[in-house]
Amino acid sequence: MFDVMIIGAGVSGSAVARELSRYKVNACVLEKEEDVCCGTSKANSAIVHAGYDAAEGSLMAKLNVQGNLMMEQLSKDLDFAFKKNGSLVICRAEEDMPNLQALYERGLKNGVKELKILNTAEVKEMEPNITDEVVAALYAPTAGIVCPFNLNIALAENANTNGVEFKFNTEVLDIKKIDGGWKIVTNQGDYETRYVVNAAGVYADKFHNMVSDEKITITPRRGDYCLLDKNAGGHVAKTIFALPGKFGKGILVAPTVHGNLIVGPTAIDIDEKEGTNTTAEGLNEVISKAEQNVKDLPMRSVITSFAGLRAHESHHEFIIGEVEGAKGFIDCAGIESPGLTSSPAIGVMVAGILKEKMGLEEDPTFNGIRKGILDPDTLTKEERDALIKENPAYGNIICRCEMVTEGEILDAIKRPLGARSLDGVKRRTRAGMGRCQSGFCSPRTMEILARECNMSMEEITKSGGDSKIVVGTNKDSI
Amino acid sequence: MKTYDIVIIGGGPAGLAAAVSARKSGIESILIVERDKELGGILNQCIHNGFGLHTFKEELTGPEYAARFIEQVKELDIEYKLNTMVMDISHEKVVTIMNRTDGMVEIQAKAVILAMGCRERSRGALNIPGYRPAGIFSAGTAQRLVNMEGYLPGRKVVILGSGDIGLIMARRMTFEGAKVQVVAELMPFSGGLKRNIVQCLDDYDIPLKLSHTVVDIRGKQRVEGVTIAEVDNHGKPIPGTEEDYDCDTLLLSCGLIPENELSNGMGVDMNRVTSGPNVNESLETSIDGVFACGNVLHVHDLVDFVSEEATTAGKNAAKYVKDGEGRAEGGRDIVLNPIEGVRYTVPGTINVDRMDDNLTVRFRVGGVYKNVYVSAYFDDERVIHKKRPVVAPGEMEDIKLTKAKLQEYPDLKTITIKIEEA
Repeated sequence: MFDVMIIGAGVSGSAVARELSRYKVNACVLEKEEDVCCGTSKANSAIVHAGYDAAEGSLMAKLNVQGNLMMEQLSKDLDFAFKKNGSLVICRAEEDMPNLQALYERGLKNGVKELKILNTAEVKEMEPNITDEVVAALYAPTAGIVCPFNLNIALAENANTNGVEFKFNTEVLDIKKIDGGWKIVTNQGDYETRYVVNAAGVYADKFHNMVSDEKITITPRRGDYCLLDKNAGGHVAKTIFALPGKFGKGILVAPTVHGNLIVGPTAIDIDEKEGTNTTAEGLNEVISKAEQNVKDLPMRSVITSFAGLRAHESHHEFIIGEVEGAKGFIDCAGIESPGLTSSPAIGVMVAGILKEKMGLEEDPTFNGIRKGILDPDTLTKEERDALIKENPAYGNIICRCEMVTEGEILDAIKRPLGARSLDGVKRRTRAGMGRCQSGFCSPRTMEILARECNMSMEEITKSGGDSKIVVGTNKDSI
Repeated sequence: MKTYDIVIIGGGPAGLAAAVSARKSGIESILIVERDKELGGILNQCIHNGFGLHTFKEELTGPEYAARFIEQVKELDIEYKLNTMVMDISHEKVVTIMNRTDGMVEIQAKAVILAMGCRERSRGALNIPGYRPAGIFSAGTAQRLVNMEGYLPGRKVVILGSGDIGLIMARRMTFEGAKVQVVAELMPFSGGLKRNIVQCLDDYDIPLKLSHTVVDIRGKQRVEGVTIAEVDNHGKPIPGTEEDYDCDTLLLSCGLIPENELSNGMGVDMNRVTSGPNVNESLETSIDGVFACGNVLHVHDLVDFVSEEATTAGKNAAKYVKDGEGRAEGGRDIVLNPIEGVRYTVPGTINVDRMDDNLTVRFRVGGVYKNVYVSAYFDDERVIHKKRPVVAPGEMEDIKLTKAKLQEYPDLKTITIKIEEA
């Protein structure tokens, strides 16, 4: 019997796993996909919010501000990309000024530091590409941007290194109460555990409702995004939000930690929990609204578009804690924006609940430091030259757009919870994430995966399951 | 730091022809840098025939065409490095290369020839809505999987875009046992060569739907189907015209983009229409001693013209190196002005003092025009008036200028090239 089973290897589940790994506990994460970071955690704005959005006194507000404060140190401990670039909320109409003021005041009450309302001239000096219609803006220097993939991956890897097991391709089908815990029925067999953490993202309602009569509803709220080439990445330096008001909710424009520009999202409630398809209407909305706050956006530099699903709970609040009448079943549900920002704090909170309930002892062997995949771009030419002499794989470029070497891809495959698919390699190394969108490197990455994982080329997938890249060999049907 | 007279970036058809030409023009110290494991570039995966009709007066396959130049490179003992990436080129022509055995090495070049080729426009850049499953390939990626590695990317195929690679792959996939259901083309005309439409689609009864595009991709893990719709004059899908196709594969052949990240990095002036460098009559970019040729300069449809252009670039780079400090400076620049149906010209300017006796000006047109004239005006005087039964965006056009003729116009400032009604 496990002590704790966590359902979902997204950023929340992985953060819980990592915090839990500080203690002497037999924990396991169940993930229906083939890798960590396959749902909401991989397709979002990648923003570390300052914390002025959520309602005063809400759990969301508290964990947002806490998560924001934790992110920088965590990025150093776990070696993922994070940048405190600051954010601006743009007000374009005098009549919306009270909304901006309200946001400022809510921020103060939530404990957000360094907030400031800037006038037109101050905004234009800070960000010359902001619309000329700007009246004022709320400036939050503590806002940041993060690599959502490597935040999630780093948490999971570190949890795994510290003893938490991960089971992939394992879909939870049913949860049953048993003596002293729970029986988890999966497509890979049954497991027993004393405690369950429900960190299942858009599916969190499904599992909650299996154990409780107090039903909750998680609605997938789709957001369509466009990602622009690195040649557009400098168009703005700060994350640019629209002030909700006269012009509706608006679209954000932000640089990414890797130097691209992200534009989006829409907000469309859907029924289908796997409905990550973009639509023409959604993409058109992104493109048409993007220019409201930022002028001269080079939309012809779009390199990809995608959609993510927010796990929207009807009351727009995080649901974290033991479910009433279901002892040992801990919800971690409704984790929508600012969920990514809050994840480090969510991890601490849930692990804290479990520690209390289970009387967990600290594990003295816990090592909270994780070294990420070496990015040779961060080295001097001399250091890089020395690295290649030591390991020639670092001299072999596989992804020419993002300049990813074979050395990095090998590391991504061989490290704990290593990549097994093209998307797995992509999220860890950026191979295939550049302007040609894997046209050049995918056959080469496939060869490396096949060689290193003892798979045939026909077994290589884009993202597990039936997502095979090639279907056979030439003339095999003739 | 090791120095070479000429460093050539890319060992595809452009780089090879430029190297041969530079050596034949008397330059000993030449280095070709190639990132793949063999010379020849994209020709190595173009196993169909139809190459070399202009250059060699016979039909060769891509690898055979490449081999003709690779043999010359070897006979002429031109140095090359394989599996080697150019990481950076400085404005001062310091080329930083990297490979497994040498590590990171800096090389000083006297002249640089840019011959990096192009890449394919991706699904992302086209902003096609729908899911993002496996089974969506650019035509060239599929071509590599099939022709170089022997793997079949899919069995039921829809192709978006009628560029030449897409047309060639329609036939190839059919040969390999796949069913190609339809080729959809956004424009009211094909971007490919007429001969490819006949030999790759018509001969295999594959329908070509002009003014159509993909408006949805279904399938969460692997492509399960796509929806195609007719588009209006502005390229917008017309509601009610949607047709669903069950397929496991979508191939994209929607245009090629010159691969100019290195050129941008060194500060070369770029042309917004071609996405390649602006060049003068010598195919020299805005940086002295940096030349460009082949698909990195502008996308070609026939490799023969790439070789021809690269031969010119190689010769001019050799001349630049040999002239050194004594290079003729100054003189007058004539500006080429493409208008009325002509999208761009290569070159963009001509220095009469420096030009060869003969100069080919290449260009593409923006639409399909029948029974028209290609005209060149020397300032206000129409000097060239060439009848063409049909011109189309998929087929590169040219006009020939001679030094002798230009010398007859000592005050000439602008040569305007346009399409005129018959």
